[in-house]
Amino acid sequence: MTDNVEISIEFGGGAELLFDNKKLHIVKLPVKDKQWILGDLLFWIKDNLLKERPELFLQDGSVRPGILVLVNDADWELLDTVNYVIQPKDRITFISTLHGG
Amino acid sequence: MPLCSTRCGKNAVLKRPKTGDALCKECFFEAFENEVHFTITRAELFKPNSTVAIAASGGKDSTVLAYVMKLLNEKYDYKLKLFLLSIDEGITGYRDDSLDTVKQNRDDYEMPLQILSYKDLYGWTMDEIVSEIGRKNNCTFCGVFRRQALDRGANLLKVDYLATGHNADDIAETVLMNILRGDLARLNRCTSIITDSGDGIPRVKPLKYTYEKEIVMYAYFRKLVYFSTECVFAPNAYRGHARVLLKDLEKN
Repeated sequence: MTDNVEISIEFGGGAELLFDNKKLHIVKLPVKDKQWILGDLLFWIKDNLLKERPELFLQDGSVRPGILVLVNDADWELLDTVNYVIQPKDRITFISTLHGG
Repeated sequence: MPLCSTRCGKNAVLKRPKTGDALCKECFFEAFENEVHFTITRAELFKPNSTVAIAASGGKDSTVLAYVMKLLNEKYDYKLKLFLLSIDEGITGYRDDSLDTVKQNRDDYEMPLQILSYKDLYGWTMDEIVSEIGRKNNCTFCGVFRRQALDRGANLLKVDYLATGHNADDIAETVLMNILRGDLARLNRCTSIITDSGDGIPRVKPLKYTYEKEIVMYAYFRKLVYFSTECVFAPNAYRGHARVLLKDLEKN
Protein backbone atom coordinates (compact mmCIF):
# COMPACT_ATOMS: atom_id res chain seq x y z
CA MET A 1 0.00 0.00 0.00
CA THR A 2 1.36 3.41 -0.99
CA ASP A 3 0.18 6.92 -0.23
CA ASN A 4 -1.58 9.18 -2.69
CA VAL A 5 0.81 10.39 -5.35
CA GLU A 6 0.57 14.11 -6.10
CA ILE A 7 1.82 15.12 -9.53
CA SER A 8 1.27 17.90 -12.03
CA ILE A 9 0.09 17.29 -15.55
CA GLU A 10 0.56 19.88 -18.29
CA PHE A 11 -0.90 20.07 -21.79
CA GLY A 12 0.48 22.20 -24.60
CA GLY A 13 0.87 22.65 -28.34
CA GLY A 14 -2.89 22.33 -28.78
CA ALA A 15 -3.35 19.17 -26.64
CA GLU A 16 -5.02 21.40 -24.02
CA LEU A 17 -7.98 21.79 -26.39
CA LEU A 18 -9.06 18.27 -25.41
CA PHE A 19 -9.01 19.30 -21.73
CA ASP A 20 -11.28 22.35 -21.63
CA ASN A 21 -8.32 24.53 -22.64
CA LYS A 22 -6.83 24.03 -19.18
CA LYS A 23 -3.06 23.67 -19.39
CA LEU A 24 -2.07 22.80 -15.83
CA HIS A 25 -3.70 20.14 -13.65
CA ILE A 26 -2.43 19.32 -10.17
CA VAL A 27 -3.79 15.89 -9.29
CA LYS A 28 -3.63 13.29 -6.53
CA LEU A 29 -3.53 9.79 -7.93
CA PRO A 30 -5.53 7.36 -5.81
CA VAL A 31 -3.85 4.63 -3.78
CA LYS A 32 -3.51 1.31 -5.56
CA ASP A 33 -1.79 -2.03 -4.97
CA LYS A 34 0.97 -1.58 -7.51
CA GLN A 35 3.09 1.42 -8.41
CA TRP A 36 1.70 3.92 -10.87
CA ILE A 37 3.33 3.73 -14.26
CA LEU A 38 2.88 6.24 -17.06
CA GLY A 39 0.75 3.76 -19.01
CA ASP A 40 -1.73 3.64 -16.09
CA LEU A 41 -1.73 7.42 -15.94
CA LEU A 42 -2.79 7.70 -19.60
CA PHE A 43 -5.97 5.75 -18.86
CA TRP A 44 -6.54 7.67 -15.63
CA ILE A 45 -6.31 10.92 -17.62
CA LYS A 46 -8.76 9.56 -20.19
CA ASP A 47 -11.26 8.66 -17.45
CA ASN A 48 -10.79 11.73 -15.24
CA LEU A 49 -9.53 14.73 -17.21
CA LEU A 50 -10.30 14.21 -20.88
CA LYS A 51 -13.31 16.21 -22.06
CA GLU A 52 -13.69 15.14 -25.68
CA ARG A 53 -12.58 12.87 -28.51
CA PRO A 54 -10.45 10.28 -26.64
CA GLU A 55 -9.18 8.94 -29.99
CA LEU A 56 -7.20 12.18 -30.39
CA PHE A 57 -5.32 11.44 -27.16
CA LEU A 58 -5.05 7.66 -26.82
CA GLN A 59 -4.36 5.04 -29.45
CA ASP A 60 -3.42 1.37 -28.98
CA GLY A 61 -2.63 1.73 -25.28
CA SER A 62 -0.32 4.72 -25.67
CA VAL A 63 -0.60 8.37 -26.67
CA ARG A 64 -1.65 9.08 -30.21
CA PRO A 65 1.37 9.37 -32.51
CA GLY A 66 2.31 13.04 -32.75
CA ILE A 67 1.86 13.77 -29.03
CA LEU A 68 5.19 14.25 -27.26
CA VAL A 69 5.49 13.28 -23.59
CA LEU A 70 8.02 14.70 -21.14
CA VAL A 71 8.68 13.73 -17.54
CA ASN A 72 10.20 16.61 -15.59
CA ASP A 73 11.22 18.14 -18.92
CA ALA A 74 12.86 14.98 -20.25
CA ASP A 75 11.65 13.03 -23.29
CA TRP A 76 9.78 9.91 -22.12
CA GLU A 77 11.50 7.94 -24.88
CA LEU A 78 14.59 8.09 -22.64
CA LEU A 79 12.54 6.74 -19.72
CA ASP A 80 10.97 3.56 -21.10
CA THR A 81 7.78 5.46 -22.12
CA VAL A 82 4.63 3.79 -20.72
CA ASN A 83 6.67 1.72 -18.23
CA TYR A 84 8.13 4.71 -16.38
CA VAL A 85 7.30 4.50 -12.65
CA ILE A 86 5.71 7.76 -11.52
CA GLN A 87 7.30 9.51 -8.55
CA PRO A 88 5.64 12.04 -6.20
CA LYS A 89 5.91 15.65 -7.49
CA ASP A 90 6.61 14.52 -11.05
CA ARG A 91 5.66 16.96 -13.77
CA ILE A 92 4.29 15.17 -16.83
CA THR A 93 3.89 17.26 -19.99
CA PHE A 94 1.94 16.36 -23.12
CA ILE A 95 2.63 18.46 -26.22
CA SER A 96 0.76 17.98 -29.46
CA THR A 97 2.78 18.39 -32.65
CA LEU A 98 -0.26 18.06 -34.86
CA HIS A 99 -1.61 21.59 -34.86
CA GLY A 100 -0.12 23.44 -37.75
CA GLY A 101 0.34 26.94 -39.04
CA MET B 1 18.28 8.99 -16.76
CA PRO B 2 20.78 8.43 -19.60
CA LEU B 3 23.67 10.84 -20.09
CA CYS B 4 24.15 13.01 -23.16
CA SER B 5 25.64 11.04 -26.10
CA THR B 6 28.29 13.74 -26.59
CA ARG B 7 29.84 12.78 -23.20
CA CYS B 8 29.48 16.34 -21.97
CA GLY B 9 28.45 14.85 -18.63
CA LYS B 10 24.93 16.30 -18.48
CA ASN B 11 21.66 14.39 -18.34
CA ALA B 12 19.97 13.85 -21.69
CA VAL B 13 16.57 15.45 -22.23
CA LEU B 14 15.70 14.22 -25.69
CA LYS B 15 16.04 11.19 -27.93
CA ARG B 16 16.68 12.37 -31.47
CA PRO B 17 14.32 10.75 -33.98
CA LYS B 18 16.90 11.04 -36.75
CA THR B 19 19.86 9.38 -35.06
CA GLY B 20 18.60 7.84 -31.80
CA ASP B 21 21.17 9.94 -29.93
CA ALA B 22 20.28 11.10 -26.42
CA LEU B 23 21.18 14.77 -26.01
CA CYS B 24 21.16 17.29 -23.19
CA LYS B 25 19.43 20.62 -23.75
CA GLU B 26 22.57 22.59 -24.68
CA CYS B 27 23.93 19.92 -27.06
CA PHE B 28 20.46 19.61 -28.65
CA PHE B 29 20.30 23.37 -29.31
CA GLU B 30 23.75 23.24 -30.85
CA ALA B 31 22.98 20.20 -33.03
CA PHE B 32 19.63 21.64 -34.14
CA GLU B 33 21.04 25.03 -35.07
CA ASN B 34 24.18 23.60 -36.69
CA GLU B 35 22.10 21.33 -38.90
CA VAL B 36 19.98 24.23 -40.16
CA HIS B 37 23.18 26.21 -40.76
CA PHE B 38 24.64 23.24 -42.65
CA THR B 39 21.46 22.98 -44.75
CA ILE B 40 21.65 26.69 -45.59
CA THR B 41 25.35 26.70 -46.47
CA ARG B 42 25.44 23.39 -48.33
CA ALA B 43 22.54 24.34 -50.60
CA GLU B 44 23.80 27.94 -50.79
CA LEU B 45 20.27 29.09 -49.99
CA PHE B 46 21.10 32.79 -49.54
CA LYS B 47 23.61 35.19 -51.08
CA PRO B 48 25.15 37.69 -48.63
CA ASN B 49 23.64 41.18 -48.46
CA SER B 50 20.22 40.00 -49.62
CA THR B 51 16.73 40.33 -48.16
CA VAL B 52 14.58 37.45 -47.00
CA ALA B 53 10.86 37.37 -46.20
CA ILE B 54 9.98 34.65 -43.70
CA ALA B 55 6.45 33.35 -44.29
CA ALA B 56 5.06 33.62 -40.76
CA SER B 57 1.81 32.07 -39.57
CA GLY B 58 2.47 32.25 -35.85
CA GLY B 59 2.62 28.44 -35.74
CA LYS B 60 5.50 26.35 -34.43
CA ASP B 61 7.42 25.96 -37.70
CA SER B 62 7.53 29.60 -38.74
CA THR B 63 8.16 30.78 -35.18
CA VAL B 64 11.16 28.44 -34.89
CA LEU B 65 12.29 29.41 -38.40
CA ALA B 66 12.23 33.13 -37.57
CA TYR B 67 14.08 32.54 -34.29
CA VAL B 68 16.77 30.32 -35.83
CA MET B 69 17.22 32.55 -38.90
CA LYS B 70 17.82 35.56 -36.66
CA LEU B 71 20.21 33.57 -34.46
CA LEU B 72 22.21 32.10 -37.38
CA ASN B 73 22.27 35.41 -39.27
CA GLU B 74 23.95 37.01 -36.28
CA LYS B 75 26.17 34.06 -35.33
CA TYR B 76 27.50 33.31 -38.82
CA ASP B 77 27.15 36.81 -40.26
CA TYR B 78 25.01 35.86 -43.28
CA LYS B 79 24.46 39.61 -43.78
CA LEU B 80 20.74 39.07 -44.44
CA LYS B 81 17.94 41.56 -43.88
CA LEU B 82 15.00 39.57 -42.49
CA PHE B 83 11.29 40.39 -42.80
CA LEU B 84 8.15 38.64 -41.60
CA LEU B 85 5.37 38.16 -44.14
CA SER B 86 1.94 37.03 -42.96
CA ILE B 87 -1.25 36.29 -44.82
CA ASP B 88 -4.61 37.03 -43.25
CA GLU B 89 -6.99 34.56 -44.87
CA GLY B 90 -9.94 36.02 -43.01
CA ILE B 91 -10.77 33.02 -40.82
CA THR B 92 -12.52 34.15 -37.66
CA GLY B 93 -11.33 32.47 -34.48
CA TYR B 94 -8.16 31.22 -36.11
CA ARG B 95 -6.08 33.64 -38.13
CA ASP B 96 -7.13 36.69 -36.18
CA ASP B 97 -5.66 35.08 -33.05
CA SER B 98 -2.54 33.70 -34.71
CA LEU B 99 -1.68 37.14 -36.14
CA ASP B 100 -1.31 38.37 -32.56
CA THR B 101 1.46 35.76 -32.18
CA VAL B 102 3.14 37.01 -35.35
CA LYS B 103 3.04 40.57 -34.00
CA GLN B 104 4.73 39.24 -30.86
CA ASN B 105 7.42 37.65 -33.09
CA ARG B 106 7.85 41.02 -34.84
CA ASP B 107 8.56 42.71 -31.50
CA ASP B 108 10.67 39.88 -30.01
CA TYR B 109 12.85 39.34 -33.08
CA GLU B 110 12.87 42.99 -34.22
CA MET B 111 11.85 42.18 -37.79
CA PRO B 112 9.54 44.35 -39.91
CA LEU B 113 6.17 42.66 -40.50
CA GLN B 114 3.96 42.88 -43.59
CA ILE B 115 0.42 41.46 -43.44
CA LEU B 116 -1.59 40.90 -46.65
CA SER B 117 -5.22 39.84 -46.56
CA TYR B 118 -7.28 37.70 -48.93
CA LYS B 119 -9.93 40.40 -48.66
CA ASP B 120 -7.60 43.08 -50.04
CA LEU B 121 -5.97 40.83 -52.65
CA TYR B 122 -9.00 38.90 -53.90
CA GLY B 123 -12.04 40.69 -52.48
CA TRP B 124 -13.06 37.60 -50.50
CA THR B 125 -12.26 36.36 -47.01
CA MET B 126 -11.95 32.61 -46.45
CA ASP B 127 -15.07 32.81 -44.25
CA GLU B 128 -17.01 34.24 -47.21
CA ILE B 129 -15.61 31.65 -49.63
CA VAL B 130 -16.61 28.80 -47.31
CA SER B 131 -20.13 30.20 -46.91
CA GLU B 132 -20.45 30.05 -50.73
CA ILE B 133 -18.80 26.69 -51.51
CA GLY B 134 -19.48 24.75 -48.30
CA ARG B 135 -16.94 22.91 -46.23
CA LYS B 136 -15.30 20.76 -48.88
CA ASN B 137 -11.85 21.26 -50.40
CA ASN B 138 -11.40 24.42 -48.33
CA CYS B 139 -7.68 23.81 -47.77
CA THR B 140 -7.11 23.25 -51.47
CA PHE B 141 -8.56 26.69 -52.32
CA CYS B 142 -6.90 28.33 -49.37
CA GLY B 143 -3.51 26.78 -50.15
CA VAL B 144 -3.55 28.03 -53.74
CA PHE B 145 -4.62 31.52 -52.63
CA ARG B 146 -2.00 31.65 -49.87
CA ARG B 147 0.80 30.58 -52.17
CA GLN B 148 -0.08 33.40 -54.56
CA ALA B 149 -0.57 35.85 -51.70
CA LEU B 150 2.92 35.04 -50.41
CA ASP B 151 4.33 35.57 -53.91
CA ARG B 152 2.63 38.94 -54.14
CA GLY B 153 3.81 39.88 -50.66
CA ALA B 154 7.39 38.95 -51.55
CA ASN B 155 7.11 41.13 -54.68
CA LEU B 156 5.66 43.99 -52.66
CA LEU B 157 8.52 43.81 -50.15
CA LYS B 158 11.00 43.48 -53.06
CA VAL B 159 12.85 40.71 -51.23
CA ASP B 160 15.38 38.38 -52.82
CA TYR B 161 14.07 35.20 -51.15
CA LEU B 162 10.93 33.83 -49.55
CA ALA B 163 11.65 31.32 -46.75
CA THR B 164 8.96 28.92 -45.53
CA GLY B 165 8.85 26.71 -42.43
CA HIS B 166 8.22 23.41 -44.24
CA ASN B 167 9.81 20.65 -42.17
CA ALA B 168 10.87 17.07 -42.97
CA ASP B 169 7.52 15.65 -41.81
CA ASP B 170 5.57 18.12 -43.98
CA ILE B 171 7.59 17.09 -46.99
CA ALA B 172 7.13 13.37 -46.25
CA GLU B 173 3.35 14.00 -46.05
CA THR B 174 3.42 15.86 -49.34
CA VAL B 175 5.33 13.00 -50.99
CA LEU B 176 2.69 10.54 -49.74
CA MET B 177 -0.18 12.79 -50.90
CA ASN B 178 1.30 13.14 -54.35
CA ILE B 179 1.80 9.37 -54.61
CA LEU B 180 -1.79 8.70 -53.46
CA ARG B 181 -3.12 11.26 -55.95
CA GLY B 182 -0.83 10.04 -58.71
CA ASP B 183 0.42 13.60 -59.23
CA LEU B 184 3.81 12.87 -60.81
CA ALA B 185 4.64 16.47 -61.69
CA ARG B 186 4.24 17.60 -58.08
CA LEU B 187 5.91 14.45 -56.75
CA ASN B 188 8.94 15.37 -58.82
CA ARG B 189 9.31 18.92 -57.50
CA CYS B 190 7.83 18.77 -53.98
CA THR B 191 11.12 17.80 -52.32
CA SER B 192 13.24 20.58 -53.86
CA ILE B 193 14.87 22.83 -51.30
CA ILE B 194 14.66 25.79 -53.70
CA THR B 195 11.72 26.34 -56.03
CA ASP B 196 10.98 29.22 -58.36
CA SER B 197 7.49 30.54 -58.88
CA GLY B 198 8.47 32.31 -62.08
CA ASP B 199 8.91 35.79 -60.62
CA GLY B 200 12.61 35.40 -59.89
CA ILE B 201 12.06 35.20 -56.12
CA PRO B 202 13.22 31.74 -55.02
CA ARG B 203 11.24 29.97 -52.32
CA VAL B 204 13.53 28.20 -49.89
CA LYS B 205 13.01 25.67 -47.08
CA PRO B 206 15.75 25.95 -44.42
CA LEU B 207 13.95 23.43 -42.14
CA LYS B 208 13.61 20.83 -44.89
CA TYR B 209 15.70 18.25 -42.98
CA THR B 210 14.38 19.14 -39.52
CA TYR B 211 11.98 16.70 -37.87
CA GLU B 212 8.72 17.96 -36.43
CA LYS B 213 9.43 16.44 -33.02
CA GLU B 214 12.66 18.43 -32.78
CA ILE B 215 10.97 21.66 -33.87
CA VAL B 216 8.37 21.27 -31.11
CA MET B 217 11.01 20.28 -28.53
CA TYR B 218 13.21 23.19 -29.61
CA ALA B 219 10.33 25.65 -29.22
CA TYR B 220 9.48 24.09 -25.83
CA PHE B 221 13.01 24.21 -24.42
CA ARG B 222 13.69 27.69 -25.86
CA LYS B 223 10.31 28.80 -24.44
CA LEU B 224 9.22 30.24 -27.79
CA VAL B 225 5.61 31.33 -27.87
CA TYR B 226 3.64 29.98 -30.80
CA PHE B 227 0.02 29.57 -31.79
CA SER B 228 -1.35 26.03 -31.82
CA THR B 229 -5.02 25.98 -32.69
CA GLU B 230 -6.05 23.92 -35.67
CA CYS B 231 -7.78 25.86 -38.44
CA VAL B 232 -11.56 25.61 -38.09
CA PHE B 233 -11.82 24.44 -41.71
CA ALA B 234 -8.93 21.95 -41.63
CA PRO B 235 -10.44 18.74 -40.18
CA ASN B 236 -11.68 17.63 -43.60
CA ALA B 237 -8.38 18.18 -45.37
CA TYR B 238 -6.73 15.44 -47.41
CA ARG B 239 -3.39 16.23 -45.75
CA GLY B 240 -4.81 15.01 -42.44
CA HIS B 241 -5.10 11.47 -43.84
CA ALA B 242 -1.50 11.56 -45.11
CA ARG B 243 -0.35 12.80 -41.71
CA VAL B 244 -2.12 9.99 -39.84
CA LEU B 245 -0.77 7.42 -42.30
CA LEU B 246 2.76 8.76 -41.85
CA LYS B 247 2.54 8.76 -38.05
CA ASP B 248 1.26 5.19 -38.09
CA LEU B 249 4.07 4.10 -40.41
CA GLU B 250 6.61 5.62 -38.01
CA LYS B 251 5.50 3.36 -35.16
CA ASN B 252 8.27 0.76 -35.59
